[in-house]
Amino acid sequence: MTEFIILVLGIAVLFYVLLGGADFGAGIIELVTGKRGIDTISKAIAPVWEANHVWLILGVVILFNGFPLVYTTLTTYFHIPLFIILLGIIFRGTAFTFRYYNTVKDNSYKYYSQLFRISSLLTPFFLGVTLGAIMLGRIPAQIDGTFYDLFIAPWLNLFSFTTGIFLTLLFGWLAAIYLLGEAQDDESFQTFAKTSRTFFVLLVISGLSVFLVSEMYELNFFSRFLHSLIAIGSVFVATAVIPLLWVGIRHRNNLLTRFLAGVQTTCILTGWFAIQFPVMIYLSDGSQLTIQNSQAPERTMALLVYALISGIFLIFPAFYYLFKVFKFGDKVSENINKH
Amino acid sequence: MTVSFVFHIVFACIGMTMPWLMFVAELKWIKTGRKVYQDLSKAWARGVAIFFAVGAVSGTVLSFELGLLWPKFMEHAGAIIGMPFSWEGTAFFLEAIALGIFLYGRNRVSKRIHLISGLVVGIAGVVSGIFVIAANAWMNSPSGFDWVNGQAINIDPVKAMFNKAWFQQALHMTIAAFAATSFAVAGVHAFMALHYKGNEFHRNAIRIALAFGAVAAILQPISGDISAKNVAKLQPTKLAAMESLFKTSKPAALLIGGIPDEEKEEVKYGIHIPYLLGFLAHGDLNAEVEGLDKTDKENWPPVVIVHFAFQTMVFMGMLMMGTSILFLIFKFKLKENLDKRWWLKLLVWLTPVGFIAVEAGWIVTEVGRQPWIIYRIMKTKDAVTPMPGVQYPFYLITLIYLALTFIVILLMRRQILDVHTNSQNFNTHD
Repeated sequence: MTEFIILVLGIAVLFYVLLGGADFGAGIIELVTGKRGIDTISKAIAPVWEANHVWLILGVVILFNGFPLVYTTLTTYFHIPLFIILLGIIFRGTAFTFRYYNTVKDNSYKYYSQLFRISSLLTPFFLGVTLGAIMLGRIPAQIDGTFYDLFIAPWLNLFSFTTGIFLTLLFGWLAAIYLLGEAQDDESFQTFAKTSRTFFVLLVISGLSVFLVSEMYELNFFSRFLHSLIAIGSVFVATAVIPLLWVGIRHRNNLLTRFLAGVQTTCILTGWFAIQFPVMIYLSDGSQLTIQNSQAPERTMALLVYALISGIFLIFPAFYYLFKVFKFGDKVSENINKH
Repeated sequence: MTVSFVFHIVFACIGMTMPWLMFVAELKWIKTGRKVYQDLSKAWARGVAIFFAVGAVSGTVLSFELGLLWPKFMEHAGAIIGMPFSWEGTAFFLEAIALGIFLYGRNRVSKRIHLISGLVVGIAGVVSGIFVIAANAWMNSPSGFDWVNGQAINIDPVKAMFNKAWFQQALHMTIAAFAATSFAVAGVHAFMALHYKGNEFHRNAIRIALAFGAVAAILQPISGDISAKNVAKLQPTKLAAMESLFKTSKPAALLIGGIPDEEKEEVKYGIHIPYLLGFLAHGDLNAEVEGLDKTDKENWPPVVIVHFAFQTMVFMGMLMMGTSILFLIFKFKLKENLDKRWWLKLLVWLTPVGFIAVEAGWIVTEVGRQPWIIYRIMKTKDAVTPMPGVQYPFYLITLIYLALTFIVILLMRRQILDVHTNSQNFNTHD
């Protein structure tokens, strides 16, 4: 029962990264490509970003319903980064919508664009900072200490920042790959292809830095990865598909590249889950909030399972349909062949 | 948090109602083939898109703020009252998906699917609203657990969700959302109709909006009566504050207007209608109505605020009901075309009243429950986050919401003006 809830939580996180993450990534890509990308990016994310965003809500709801102690621990000690994430969510969503539905192209259009891009960058960064801080385990076990010790030190450190950069690059890279399939002409295809290559190189470097910095903080990611078969497997698969991905981009097989990028991202998350499971939060005194010791009473969990099962039956077909209508059609090759 | 709610509630109401207006316009377009309805559906859909986006992010803010500001509340409440939120998540998901299809899929899916997606947006919006209100009702009427030594045991989320207040609150709020939004929409179109006389587009817009608004505004007093009796039973202190009833009375008089003085425990001015309060609260002219004297003064809500908010809500509700009755008389008895200037002007004046009533009603239910966050279980001050300096993010959020409100108004203004410059059949009477 608990395992099922955790599985759905994992799926929600995965989908949020794969889809919602890419929507943020699109804003990051726009920072790089500027005006050239706007049209493609706006068209690509307008129909889906709100549905994609709901995966985050689902995750939050599962946390506070099923694991209230985890939720309140996070919201207490990570008040500041979470608040920044919220600001990012507010500004990204509203600025994008305002830009899209602005009937006049005056200066306000420029401001909305800038706001959209900057918040698309800040939100994933602080999301990554928060996730890193969760792994780092500097959350005080008791409310005892200065403001800095309690509410800033747990997340303001090199390790959290490294994971923040990693997540930002991951989102940007995903978006660049997806946008290959949205490109309307050859020129913008080349732009996104180039951006995706740059982001990939940066992503690999920042991924390695996460491991290196983890050693400085005695988190021992290397040995923890080596001790988990699932983690080793995911690193292996993620590496193995890289050549395929290159081939996919070269041959403009956009469905393949999207799929492979999804596989790689899934591997990264699986590896992380594998070394984290079953701990949800590490506290500074060495104790842990695990899936078992932080969950809600049995009856609540049972009802949550029912809610999730029926929710899944409603959401997945609808979600599939949404993507079928807007994303599966191969406008990609259609458009490029025209030229 | 308060500010977030004050802000979000407006967008939530619009998000519940506008899709229905949009759906009806779309339905009429398919049925009659008159392009004016399609224009209307398209115009409203753009409005829905803007309001939904802002409503979705402000809703996200709330789901985090619950924990950011009230961690102690959520630690206990999460397991008890999380269930409606998990259902709400599903409804919200469907709403977002269906809205994506309705807004951007007009040329990609069949007319029928397009229409159905509009209906799904409407239904999902109302359903998700009801789930959230059920959770709020639980704070007023906590049930589904036993509170022993500061811990909740024997948790039963089903009982918690279907607490004694959920039905009346959900009913009252849903109707309020329809009344408020419909009147606001009618008001905006009336304003435009004053400038573009005899315009089909606005005339039809007002007709559809007022049809919803009139039904809602006339039904609302009935649901208000159910609410009053429920509050009288479950939260007598709140009712006493609403009515500024300092002394338990039998028979009890209904107070209209008046300025309550909490120190001296008396009401200056105001009209007292004998017996009526007992009847409204308990259905019996001679019933005893519990006053504030039955509650320790330290557990009183701010009486003045609750009293004024309540009076405001009722007054605004009456205004809308009166207008609605007028509308029905004109429509069905006199068969009049309602585009006289005085009528349009009246509608323009009534644009904000529904939302004023909604905000006032929200103050009644939330401030009226103070000092409790979970009625008679946990005090608000014990639930607040241990992080010092929470007022700063609060100021910031307030500023942002003010800015957003300003921008949304600006955008809507542009959208509405755009209808006139871009729609080709605009001045043709079809």
